[in-house]
Amino acid sequence: MAADRSRHLLLPVRTGTIVASFVGALLLDFLPWPDVALTPDFVALTLAFWCVHQPRRIGLGTAWVLGLLVDAGNGVLLGQHALAYSALAFAGIALSRRILWFDLWGQALHVLLLLEGAQAVALGVRLAAGAEFPGWSLFAGPALATLLWPAVVWLLQLPQRRPRSLDETRPL
Amino acid sequence: MEHTPPPFFVRGPAPLVRLAFFASLSLALLVLDARFGYAEGLRSVLALAAYPIQQAARLPVVIVEGAAGFFATQSRLREENEALRARLLVATLDAQRYESAHAEASSLRRLIGATERLERKSIPVEVLYAGRDPYARKVIVDRGAQHGLRPGSAVVDDAGVIGQLTRAHAFVSEVTLLTDKGLAIPVQVLRNGLRAIAFGGGSSGLLELRYMAATADVENGDVLVTSGIDGTYPAGLPVASVVRVERDASYTFARVLAQPLAGVERGRYALVLSAGAGQAEYPKDPEERKGPKSRRAKKPVADGR
Repeated sequence: MAADRSRHLLLPVRTGTIVASFVGALLLDFLPWPDVALTPDFVALTLAFWCVHQPRRIGLGTAWVLGLLVDAGNGVLLGQHALAYSALAFAGIALSRRILWFDLWGQALHVLLLLEGAQAVALGVRLAAGAEFPGWSLFAGPALATLLWPAVVWLLQLPQRRPRSLDETRPL
Repeated sequence: MEHTPPPFFVRGPAPLVRLAFFASLSLALLVLDARFGYAEGLRSVLALAAYPIQQAARLPVVIVEGAAGFFATQSRLREENEALRARLLVATLDAQRYESAHAEASSLRRLIGATERLERKSIPVEVLYAGRDPYARKVIVDRGAQHGLRPGSAVVDDAGVIGQLTRAHAFVSEVTLLTDKGLAIPVQVLRNGLRAIAFGGGSSGLLELRYMAATADVENGDVLVTSGIDGTYPAGLPVASVVRVERDASYTFARVLAQPLAGVERGRYALVLSAGAGQAEYPKDPEERKGPKSRRAKKPVADGR
């Protein structure tokens, strides 16, 4: 159990941090990757992070709008990622209390399930729309994204760890 | 952990209700987009919003390419230059022959009273990146509606057809490749003029000629060119060469597979041939045609009654 581990007291998250992280994730998503199926979906990963860590700030609405942006940017069926990200955000928010109880790799295992579930939703949508099954490598992307989870947690919590100024945190 | 006082009373709708709301919204959009194509306006607005981020994401590639170009060795450039010069010579000869043949053909066509074929405008484009959709075979090119590209145009490279421009955004466009499962192209066998329709084969990278009778005269190595009867593709562009013909007596149709001739999955530069301007409109639905048609129904009716 990780409950008895010492945890950092974190500063409240700034809206700017969240927006910047999503813009950065979109940027990473739009990089010309050689194989899309093997590329981690950075937007989904960032969304999962914020849904787990800030369930009151980030909701289904944010997820839906982000999904639409990804849909239009990738030129896929409009609503495909919107649906997948909504489901991801719902599951992330519902499980956030449980997920935070685990250590980083335990969290990553939960996140793997969330990301694969979102991918499966997108797959179902496309198969229903008449596309052919592109192969099982489709589920490798979320698995690779899961390996990045500890790094993402460290990176996205960085702005919350830094004291605003030295004087505020000085004991005397 | 961060500690904020929980909001006691203001909760909003239950999470499950929210999920149902957004899921149904997405499903409605999906149906509108996939079945009716009504979502194009929303899509273009969103694509415009995503455009700056997409451009920024291309920056590293542009920088690396620029650096590579800067350090290109002189000997390689000279070799390339010579090769290009040789090809230009051949191309010039071909062009001269084409000019004379074209003039001859058009004078002959005028003689027999056929309408002059419309010249198509061609716009050179550069392939930016492969489409980010594992379910479809698309590439994104660097010109869009602002440069005069229209959806429906044929896209070719120096060896033949590579696909069709299916969606024109403001500054970039999507080209659906020949091998996409959803793309069909009317072709004819160069050897004997047999017409057929080639469908994309998906991940196999081949084309499939469907609905070819088991006795159809198709052989391995036959070259398929566009037939031009759809009005979208100009006639005579090379498309593919037949690589396998399977005839099974227990099936009505032969299974014919063809390999695209153009660099469908690897080319860097391509030419968009704008859709012919003066082509006839699609025939209207039979129900729609009944009403106003009575006025101009002067054509001889040949329904055998």
